[in-house]
Amino acid sequence: MSTDIAPVVADGTTEAPQRRDARSRRSGPMDDSRLRRILLYVALAVALAVFLIPIYWLFSSAVKSNGDIYQYPPMWFPWPLALENFSRAWAAAPFGNFLINSVVVTTIGASIKLLNATFTSYAFVFLRFPLKNWIFLLMLGSMMVPGNVTLIVNYITMASLGWINTYLGLILPSAGSVFGMFLLRQYMMTLPHEIMEAAKVDGAGHLRQMWQVVLPMCKPMLVTVGVIAVVDMWNDFIWPLIVTNTVSMRTLPIGLLYLRSSEGYNDWGAIMAGTVMVAMPMLILFLFTQRHIARGLTAGAVKG
Amino acid sequence: MATQEVALPSGAMRPPRGGDRRSGRRRRHRREYGLFALFILPNIALILTFEYWPVLYNAYLSLTEWNMISGTPRWVGLDNYIRLFTSSQFHTVLLNTVVFTGAIVIGSVLLGLLLALLFNQRLRLRGLARTAAFAPYVISGAAVATLWMFIFDPTYGLSRIVFGWFGADSPRWITDGSWAMLALIIAYLWKGMGFVAIVYLAGLQGLPEEYDEAARLDGAGRFQIFRRITLPLLSPVTFFVMVITIIGTFQAYDLIAVMTGGGPGIATTNLSWYIYERAFKSSDAGGGAASAVVLFVILLVVTAVQNVYSQRKVHYQ
Repeated sequence: MSTDIAPVVADGTTEAPQRRDARSRRSGPMDDSRLRRILLYVALAVALAVFLIPIYWLFSSAVKSNGDIYQYPPMWFPWPLALENFSRAWAAAPFGNFLINSVVVTTIGASIKLLNATFTSYAFVFLRFPLKNWIFLLMLGSMMVPGNVTLIVNYITMASLGWINTYLGLILPSAGSVFGMFLLRQYMMTLPHEIMEAAKVDGAGHLRQMWQVVLPMCKPMLVTVGVIAVVDMWNDFIWPLIVTNTVSMRTLPIGLLYLRSSEGYNDWGAIMAGTVMVAMPMLILFLFTQRHIARGLTAGAVKG
Repeated sequence: MATQEVALPSGAMRPPRGGDRRSGRRRRHRREYGLFALFILPNIALILTFEYWPVLYNAYLSLTEWNMISGTPRWVGLDNYIRLFTSSQFHTVLLNTVVFTGAIVIGSVLLGLLLALLFNQRLRLRGLARTAAFAPYVISGAAVATLWMFIFDPTYGLSRIVFGWFGADSPRWITDGSWAMLALIIAYLWKGMGFVAIVYLAGLQGLPEEYDEAARLDGAGRFQIFRRITLPLLSPVTFFVMVITIIGTFQAYDLIAVMTGGGPGIATTNLSWYIYERAFKSSDAGGGAASAVVLFVILLVVTAVQNVYSQRKVHYQ
């Protein structure tokens, strides 16, 4: 990948002339700052290509007819658009089921997660309880547990409850919220003091207070926590792979595996169509909520 | 008398005595305790059941032999660990993990930092570039893996074109042991480095500008400012990025599962995939659990190092 070189060149080459710049404004036939800008734009173009070409390749291949997709050199602007890839993908595997499963698991799972984050963070900020801070630390500590250390035992737990191959089994293990709860708690603690005081004076009516006063003020962070939960649930791969064992209970990311053939011939048009179905909803969500996602994910980093 | 009490507003009944007010407060506290418990109970039950209990039971399972299907775990002591650490297969898996994780940590720190420096310049289209770089991060690993399998396809993929420019044939990325790991690393970097760039960008924009200006007035060049001022000030961010990348990459398996399935042979099996492989493919719950313990211990050490380091950082600042 060549993105790594360009900016260094841009910075490196401008170093020496830059110093001269301080003395004489112009140093040669080509203005230094102009050369620098050109190099920066070259770097930007390379970066754009690195990230956009694969995505464009995905979407354009999904609408290429079977003949066009195997053409060499490849066709960059397929026309007419061939939508039969989607129907072939739909016919090769029960994508209707996959889609329903993914939507159900994601909406219910992310909702429970968000509710958990909301109630728990509210309790930690506005309610009294003995050893509250220890309980908080106990919950935070679970962030150190890697997901794949829990795989085997969670599978055994689900098997003994008889929840293998059920929505309950798909949703429950990731329905708890720690990171989101943490983000919301930090946010609530920055709310104006009067609200905290009001909560202490008025012992009753916490539910009303939470719903009518606190949550409306936490809206940006609620969106952040909710969107991250949706993305995580939708994209989850290994747990649905383990906890479901019939085709009809699979989710979309696992459904992609059914499009690939074991005999070596791949119907890439249909496979890319399936991949678009998996990727598109999150890309759209991302385009609308980019700032919220970035804020949530970088929250830990900026504070150091 | 009783009816009269009920009829009165509750506030009027309360005589202004200190003792009673205290008991009222206590009652209110008790109600708050109840509400607190109610609010956190579902969440804490889920965390205990699906995060903490697995750690304990997994540790026990690592000392037993069990096929996960029938019967019950049989105690074998440290046998699983001995078996793991004396098998050359496990050594290969550990080596794969180090190569995969190391390449991705170095790659995403370098590329992520360069991207962030680029996005921090006043350029047209930089917003679009930032969005484009961050977008792969929200695409499911399975989808990213499938897309890159097509790109790497030696006959129909983009790889053929790129190698064609140099008059060469595309390698068989996925099926060739020496290329498969590189294929995974490239796909993983493509998915993750935009996120690292966003983190770095947030760090860059949080830097105080006074140092920069002072250095520039002293005649320092751009590169010197970057090396002597920006980079050291960014070191907490770099450290954070490294730690989360290590933790994330150690646990990465969706790309491996979809692109290579750990193969060819075990050429791309890392520790995480090995856990799955042992427990769910080879019905060896003990071996899988022991591998999981090894993984957990490694990540605990990484976290501990991070804590020590970041505490020192605080003193230094």
